[in-house]
Amino acid sequence: MSRHTLSVLVENQPGVLARIAGLFSRRGFNIDSLAVGPTEHPEVSRMTIVVNVEDSPLEQVTKQLNKLIEVIKIVELDGTASVNRELLLVKVRADSSTRGAVLDAVQLFRAKVVDVAPDAVTVQAVGNADKLADLMRVLEPFGIRELVQSGMVAIGRGSRSISERNARSAPLLAPPPVC
Amino acid sequence: MTEQGGQVTGAQSLVTSLEAAGVTDIFGIPGGAILPAYDPLMDSTRIRHILVRHEQGAGHAAQGYASATGRVGVCMATSGPGATNLVTPLADAHMDSVPLVAITGQVAAAAIGTDAFQEADIRGITMPITKHNFLVTDPLDIPRTIAEAFHIASTGRPGPVLVDIAKSALTAQTHYAWPTELRLPGYRPVSTPHAKQLKEAVRMIKSARRPVLYVGGGVIRARASRELAQLATLTGIPVVTTLMARGAFPDSHPQHLGMPGMHGTVAAVAGLQKSDLIISLGARFDDRVTGNLDSFAPHALVIHADIDPAEIGKNRHADVPIVGDCKEVIAGLVALLQADSQAGGAEGDYESWVAFLAGVKQSYPLGYDVPADGSLAPQYVLERLGAIAGPEAIYCSGVGQHQMWAAHYVGYENPNTWINSGGLGTMGFSVPAAMGAKVGMPDSTVWSIDGDGCFQMTNQELATCAINDIPIKVAIINNESLGMVRQWQTLFYNERYSNTDLHTGPDRRIPDFVKLAEAYGCVGLACESPGEVDATIEKAMGINDRPVVVDFRVHRDAMVWPMVAAGSSNDEIKYARNLAPEFHEDDL
Repeated sequence: MSRHTLSVLVENQPGVLARIAGLFSRRGFNIDSLAVGPTEHPEVSRMTIVVNVEDSPLEQVTKQLNKLIEVIKIVELDGTASVNRELLLVKVRADSSTRGAVLDAVQLFRAKVVDVAPDAVTVQAVGNADKLADLMRVLEPFGIRELVQSGMVAIGRGSRSISERNARSAPLLAPPPVC
Repeated sequence: MTEQGGQVTGAQSLVTSLEAAGVTDIFGIPGGAILPAYDPLMDSTRIRHILVRHEQGAGHAAQGYASATGRVGVCMATSGPGATNLVTPLADAHMDSVPLVAITGQVAAAAIGTDAFQEADIRGITMPITKHNFLVTDPLDIPRTIAEAFHIASTGRPGPVLVDIAKSALTAQTHYAWPTELRLPGYRPVSTPHAKQLKEAVRMIKSARRPVLYVGGGVIRARASRELAQLATLTGIPVVTTLMARGAFPDSHPQHLGMPGMHGTVAAVAGLQKSDLIISLGARFDDRVTGNLDSFAPHALVIHADIDPAEIGKNRHADVPIVGDCKEVIAGLVALLQADSQAGGAEGDYESWVAFLAGVKQSYPLGYDVPADGSLAPQYVLERLGAIAGPEAIYCSGVGQHQMWAAHYVGYENPNTWINSGGLGTMGFSVPAAMGAKVGMPDSTVWSIDGDGCFQMTNQELATCAINDIPIKVAIINNESLGMVRQWQTLFYNERYSNTDLHTGPDRRIPDFVKLAEAYGCVGLACESPGEVDATIEKAMGINDRPVVVDFRVHRDAMVWPMVAAGSSNDEIKYARNLAPEFHEDDL
């Protein structure tokens, strides 16, 4: 199994998320994470879907996704050629005796304190999955009261936009016609 | 009826849109939410609406209509239960790639999501079983949505599209404007195959020694029978036609090995299993064809042509994938092969392979035991029906033993003359599908070949047929039981017949099919012995002012052979109980 990040451009219409979630569930594919939001184009939404599958099921996932009428384009983003970010908000136990140590950790990871209470601080961190996991390892000993994390969003490096990139399709298949 | 741009109701806009889409026949039932649409429908001179007795019948009728004519079938229902009754035909059409548009009424837009009377989220319910679906709440969207629905249903890999329209959109005032262009940025079906892939396919075809043309329903939907005949004749390659492709290639053709699969002929199963090159045309390596996938055709390379890229490589690796419409793909292969042979290229050498399969075909022809007690063999009924009604008639089958016998014994020479529920396996498909086929092809003889179990699921549409002058003919292959299930109980459950006896035989005869036919305004006939078969069929053929139902009371223990047990390898095929064919592969 390996992790793949798919950027999926979809028509911004009601029901499209249900269609995509339903497709993954009925074809037995697991979603590791899913994030959806607007794009530079008001009629188009973008989903970033992280799946954990072998190559051949991945091909089937993308082909089935491509069949959905509201899916416009699918691009697989390579981990090294793209920037991947997740957002983490975590409420850490911190009283006067431990607050200093917690704040050190926050600074070390270039995270931010966004809320403070007498016995806790809420930390906001942005980064890739590895960085956030490392931060959590450091914060865990202080005591985690609550944690919430976003799905991953990703964007390709360089000046080209996703609409200029080649859509993901099976290796030997004919290129899609221009129309 | 409605001028472009004028002020109309949403319902008028819908009816005008359906007319603009070329609709001439709709099968449906009105009800609360769809009621506004039925008022302008009454005034339409172009559209004939046929009032069915159950929405499932409307859906299957639209399927039969589409399968027989190649045009999009249309059904209509109200919200809630009307819409959910369409679920089975939509799922069926989705599996068998039938172009279908279903129009359903929905509760008023303001009531959606409130658990209103007769509210069901039919768009949500049918997402996994339609090619696409829409919910329309703005009446301005009606013409564009209808145009898109028909475009999506009929292009690419055909399939069902549902358009759910809120009652408030049907009653509101709006402007009607038929769209000049469609806005479907994510829908770009590929129909023209890639030249490089075709060349590679031709190279493989020429170097193969044991090739087989594996023909699926895509050839029927693409109307590519003529091209297929050219390809087969040009190359001499043996042909198998799947359950969905019966009729795509004439059964009488010497290169035809018959239907492959779980109940396929020995020659067709061997033709795939022992080949070195499978040329798959609009087929999808369904489990009923391949049996155990790991041991399926172990020495074969695969050329896989399909209009749906997701089918290619889904079940079996494709060495040469070709995305495209079967008509264009096959025509492309024929052109390349002809050019190659004119340029003096060597012909493929398949002589020993063809001889081997001819031997298999001769040693293991289709056959059945004539019951020793003089009772009626179901296979004999279908043989005679095919012979008397002929290859121009249309045959619509239900699901089960009678379906397999009908697939084998009728004999098909023409595409679109065999209509059945293949992928979903929907019992009850036959009578309404035959009704739809007859509406679409009024000059053709249409036979519904049904089982006594299937028939009891949807026979209410006989009323629709009798009242609307749709004179179909129904052959009930009555073996007094859910025959295919009973066959499995015989073979795999120690003859413990749990819940498969339908008591439609002489002990109870509930219902009496002859009386039931008469009650529905049809002619009811019965036939119990081989000697009466021809006369009964001929009598039914002579009645054209009403539907006819024939109760063929057949031997209840007849079984479908050959058979590959579920999950087994195709190498384990039996041509009769405990009898396995012997292949002399040294000849290869």
